[in-house]
Amino acid sequence: MGTVFLAVYLRDLRLALRRRVEALLPVVFFVVAISLFPLGVGPEPQILRQMAAGIVWVSALLATMLSVTSLYASDHADGSLEQMILSGHPGSVIAGAKAAAHWTVTGAPLVLAAPLLGLLLDMSPQALAALLASLLLGTPILSLLGGMGAALTLGLRSAGVLLILLIVPLSIPALIFGAGAVSAAEAGLSTAGHFSLLGALLIMTTLCAPIATSFALRIALE
Amino acid sequence: MPPVSAGLPTLAAEGLACRRGNRVLFTGVNFSLEAGRAIWLRGRNGRGKTSLLRLAAGLSVPEAGMVSWGGVPVRRAAGLAHSLVYVAHASALKDDLSVSESLRFLALLHGRASDTASVYQALDRVGMASRRDAPVRTLSQGQRRRATLARLALEREASLWILDEPYDALDSDGVECINGLLHAHLARGGSVLLTSHQSPGDSAPPMASFDLDPFA
Repeated sequence: MGTVFLAVYLRDLRLALRRRVEALLPVVFFVVAISLFPLGVGPEPQILRQMAAGIVWVSALLATMLSVTSLYASDHADGSLEQMILSGHPGSVIAGAKAAAHWTVTGAPLVLAAPLLGLLLDMSPQALAALLASLLLGTPILSLLGGMGAALTLGLRSAGVLLILLIVPLSIPALIFGAGAVSAAEAGLSTAGHFSLLGALLIMTTLCAPIATSFALRIALE
Repeated sequence: MPPVSAGLPTLAAEGLACRRGNRVLFTGVNFSLEAGRAIWLRGRNGRGKTSLLRLAAGLSVPEAGMVSWGGVPVRRAAGLAHSLVYVAHASALKDDLSVSESLRFLALLHGRASDTASVYQALDRVGMASRRDAPVRTLSQGQRRRATLARLALEREASLWILDEPYDALDSDGVECINGLLHAHLARGGSVLLTSHQSPGDSAPPMASFDLDPFA
């Protein structure tokens, strides 16, 4: 089971390496979207600091949703997905590996880029640390939920829009607690509650989303 | 209950029916495929040959009847996943990976020998040794088919092969090569269910022909 997880994970990473430009698009979108805010809202540090957490989190959410649409599409088109399902390994292991690879390629760069963008929005050091931690806990949730959406909309026309309609409501709790943690840190309040809830959300999605994804994939293949 | 035997279990269809949308493709299909035998599934375009193969592989659920593997419905047959080699019309190779990387992934996924030597040997067997490091994207249609079928050259044990148009796009040399693999497979007690719109040729092993047309 472990070898299959690793095989699927490493294969997806290798595929991303072969398509570097495509793999970089989400983080580029993230940077561009965030740097538009100071231009649009105005350069007052006070306002930017207040909005920073929300801006970064919403941009991370959208960047993930944009990139996750194609998670299963190419495997579906070339028959790889059929082979994965027929291999007899639990579909949840494969779904988990695909989500983990998606997080490594998309989520991790967002987490790494976030502190720099936080500086751009004049965030305090405490808020930056909270932002980093909340994204570290939150972006895997987005990848897992996104994978589920991608499996549910597999083979449909306008799958991208449908995926956003399906998955964005589900990711609202992560957004609220993630951005909430940063705002709390900025105000000098305790962030423990926010992080506990975010951690609980991560555990729950890790347990449930791959199973739901594997059912959705089975249905999509029928 | 069928007796437990050492050989490969029998794949059997009983009263099988398939529906696509609101069109019934076929009804009342019965066949059984014992170890060491091959069935050549025939029928006109759109008769449901591929649908039948997907039912047999357990990828879809029949409208009526069932396909069983050793007496157990294919979707619940525990041993089938390991014994099944399903080669669909889609190649399951990744355009951005090299031929050997793609094949190694499939071998690993299905628990077959996936070391470099085995993979190279399999590619050599289907005449793809010189293209083993080429990206799949650069292959011609026939080469792609050969690379897909290289999976068959990795097989060591008796297993069930379900092949959708294996001879498609192959030149006569390629057809010979696949027939050689089929001979070896049947000799070690494996079974084959394949579709082909062209005759498998003189070098093919003896196959029971099964025509899907009367079941429409």
